[in-house]
Amino acid sequence: MGSEEETKKKNEVFDAEAASLFVKELRGTFASGKTKSYGWRVSQLKSLMKMLNEREPDIVDALRQDLDKPELESSIYEVALLKTSIKSALKELKHWMTPEKAKTSITTFPSSAEIVPEPFGVVLIISPWNYPFFVGAIAAGNALVLKPSEVAPASSSLLAKLVGEYMDLSSIRVVEGAVAETSALLDQKWDKICYTGNSRVARIVMAAAAKHLTPVLLELGGKSPVVFDSGINLKVACRRMIMGKWGCNNGQACISPDHIITTKDYAPKLLESLKNELENFYGKNPLESKDLSRIVNSNHFARLSKLLDDDKVSGKIVHGGERDKNKLRIAPTLLLDVPRDSLIMSEEIFGPLLPILTVDKIEDSFDIINSGTKPLAAYLFTNNKKLKQQFVETVSAGGLVINDTAVHLAVHSLPFGGVQESGMGAYHGKFSFDVFSHKKAVLSRGFIGDVPVRYPPYTKGKLRLLKVLISGSLLGIIRALLGWSKA
Amino acid sequence: MGEIEDKLAELRQTFRSGITKSVAWRKNQLRALIELLQDNEDKIFKALHQDLGKHPVETYRDEIGLIKKSAKYALSCLDKWMAPKKRRLPLLFFPASGEVVSEPFGVVLICSAWNFPINLALEPLIGAIAAGNTVMLKPSELAVECASFLAETIPLYLDCKAIKVTNGGVDVCEQLLQQKWNKIFFTGSPRVGSIVMSAAAKHLTPVTLELGGKCPAILDTLSSPLDIKVTVKRIIGGKFASCNGQVCIGVDYILVEKKFAATLIELLKTTIKKFYGENPKDSKSISRIINEYHFERLRKLLEDPLVADAIVHGGLLDKENLFIEPTILLDPPLDAEIMTEEIFGPILPIITLNNIQESIEFINSRPKPLVIYAFTKDETFKKQIVSGTSSGSLIFNDTLVQQLCDVLPFGGVGQSGIGRYHGHYSFETFSHEKAIMQRSFFLELEPRYPPWNDFKMKFLRLAYDFDYFNLLLLLLGLKR
Repeated sequence: MGSEEETKKKNEVFDAEAASLFVKELRGTFASGKTKSYGWRVSQLKSLMKMLNEREPDIVDALRQDLDKPELESSIYEVALLKTSIKSALKELKHWMTPEKAKTSITTFPSSAEIVPEPFGVVLIISPWNYPFFVGAIAAGNALVLKPSEVAPASSSLLAKLVGEYMDLSSIRVVEGAVAETSALLDQKWDKICYTGNSRVARIVMAAAAKHLTPVLLELGGKSPVVFDSGINLKVACRRMIMGKWGCNNGQACISPDHIITTKDYAPKLLESLKNELENFYGKNPLESKDLSRIVNSNHFARLSKLLDDDKVSGKIVHGGERDKNKLRIAPTLLLDVPRDSLIMSEEIFGPLLPILTVDKIEDSFDIINSGTKPLAAYLFTNNKKLKQQFVETVSAGGLVINDTAVHLAVHSLPFGGVQESGMGAYHGKFSFDVFSHKKAVLSRGFIGDVPVRYPPYTKGKLRLLKVLISGSLLGIIRALLGWSKA
Repeated sequence: MGEIEDKLAELRQTFRSGITKSVAWRKNQLRALIELLQDNEDKIFKALHQDLGKHPVETYRDEIGLIKKSAKYALSCLDKWMAPKKRRLPLLFFPASGEVVSEPFGVVLICSAWNFPINLALEPLIGAIAAGNTVMLKPSELAVECASFLAETIPLYLDCKAIKVTNGGVDVCEQLLQQKWNKIFFTGSPRVGSIVMSAAAKHLTPVTLELGGKCPAILDTLSSPLDIKVTVKRIIGGKFASCNGQVCIGVDYILVEKKFAATLIELLKTTIKKFYGENPKDSKSISRIINEYHFERLRKLLEDPLVADAIVHGGLLDKENLFIEPTILLDPPLDAEIMTEEIFGPILPIITLNNIQESIEFINSRPKPLVIYAFTKDETFKKQIVSGTSSGSLIFNDTLVQQLCDVLPFGGVGQSGIGRYHGHYSFETFSHEKAIMQRSFFLELEPRYPPWNDFKMKFLRLAYDFDYFNLLLLLLGLKR
């Protein structure tokens, strides 16, 4: 009770001054070297794991309050995925922390070189808490501040509580709040800032980081398209499509499929299959289904409603469209052939609405994708090898998945990140460790092997020898060294 | 403004045509770059001599030679760099394949600095070309002859639809920064670096910033006189023998134990004389200060009376010839500007400590430098420096040589920069690493799909744990 009041009090006066004291304290801890030790990193990762193991019901409950999120989604996508990241980090940490040897060339002989990973220092993470940034930042040995999203208030306050109970508060802190608190934090000098969210706020974050030359990791979104070719196992494809779209936060996820592009010929078949599978998954009254999250708040509900009420679009609804304002629920909705300049096609939907665009030739879909801003993910369902190749070669997105959606989130060996409008930097697995580390080049030379040709006074002779040395020609170097016997 | 927009439009169009993605195009451009350097050596020598008074040996060593080496290295590695990297996926997703493909960002802007006007323009250019981008190059206007040389010569050798040069001052820079680029690579001061990043933020353009800082050289006690001699040569080499101290990775100041200071100063004086003769002003082997602005800036650093008192060697300033001789200071005040700002000139402060171990704290209480140099044979001390300090790079027992290393990343941290390049890091810094995962329709996992129930929950928990054994038991009905 006491600590809750304290936290509330802290938040009431969390202005630039408070933020600055905060950072100072964390810098002190970082300077002490505490977070750099392997022992500390392991202990924090283990504490995080303990927290997830012991408090999963609380987490599920908070997500239910924030989003009406089905228990399975919370347990699996939020908790289990994070646990996998922690396990993998615990297993690999020693290896990740080991300097990487680099092979030096004859030009710097004798020398040895290695690349040593070191933490940046004090890191700010503005993100939903369950993203593995937390794991990466700790594994890399940083001190950190988490600013969870205020749009999910129950999760945010639970996180603050749990970090207080399980983690090392001298190095890891949570700041709750909205614009004011985020601005106060962004005014400070950080050694790295990580932000997950939309591209509008990302610009503000990067501009704030620019003042202190702070590197940033931005995980944004975009309109992730799904291209449906014909000649596929349509049932399986539709089920995978539905899972990626409505099966995770009901479309409110950065890698959610945003819209479909298919051929005019194939569209009716696709539509039929989608409708069938949607009913198999969510029943005849999806508004009542316990297996679908609700819309996070009334602002977003209003935003999505506006997209549906747009004159250009309201006549294009071919399935769903039901809404319950009180319960903040919108049923899985399919729209066919909305105009390309409609509101729903000009911004990231981030909700349970799925427009289907049709083209004459399936290859035309790639032009449509490339005419927009680069999305975080692009998906393709096809058995056509040539089409796959063309997709990979011409479509630029953070990541591509063929014949599935969203699963690459669970793959630690692939970097996960955006490009241009969908973000910068990547994480997952070792990439998380790397993105929160500075890779320091360390070159060690001996005192022998000094070539006088390096030094003034400069002469034409030295120029000749220099050319040979820099080119790394072994024979040339031997000749040169033999020619110059005096140091 | 219209001209810049037109150039940019052409660069975008060229990129969209896909020509820069082909390995043949990239290799041709790299070969053409090597040819450019080979054919124009004398012109480059002349331009650098006019802009900075650089001797051809310095120019070859720090500019032409380095770029040729880098271009050749990129040519030999390009196929390897461009090859998709296969990645193993968990059994859970079988059958599936994963790989990472490097793709060019698109249209990139490279802004280079005046102290190594050829090197700092062409080294990033190699990376940008190797990665398949189109490029706008903006050389520094302060190195006038080199900027002209680049503008005139590059179109004669490289594909002018894909690689363009724009010259001009601050106003041109501002116009360029207003445009939307797919990547910006900047070399210069932290102050301008911050401006570049702010401009990039408007378009969410990723940046690589190669900045500077005060690079210290730690001098531990060395027992062998030969080692000491070599050390002193390398320090002079790392300070005065490269653009006369106007270099981002130059030795900015020395940290040494009090008892060794006098010996060190004598050795430095002797070596300076050996390199530059009795009157360095007459030596052809030493560069000039780039312009009056920087000359005055350096003069001001020495004007502080407490700093002037600390001069133990040199101090000659010749405004007409923009020449400042190698100058050594002993223990100037730590709060004087010469010890708080990057010197970027031929003035070398020696800071004495009671114990060389104190150097670690001294460095840590200041912004992270681009490089730390340490001369020591003490393995324990080495380890302490590696783990106890933070810098872009760390070099033991030499200076400046990291330039020659294609395998080490070159870049800063904190105030000294963001990102890195050289060798394959140049290729990476201009590429987007695109992850690709391919699945088959075969082998469906039913428990993936709603409606949810306890069985599916159990299944997915085990699946995400990659606990295949228990998963199998569950499927066979053998697990409770």
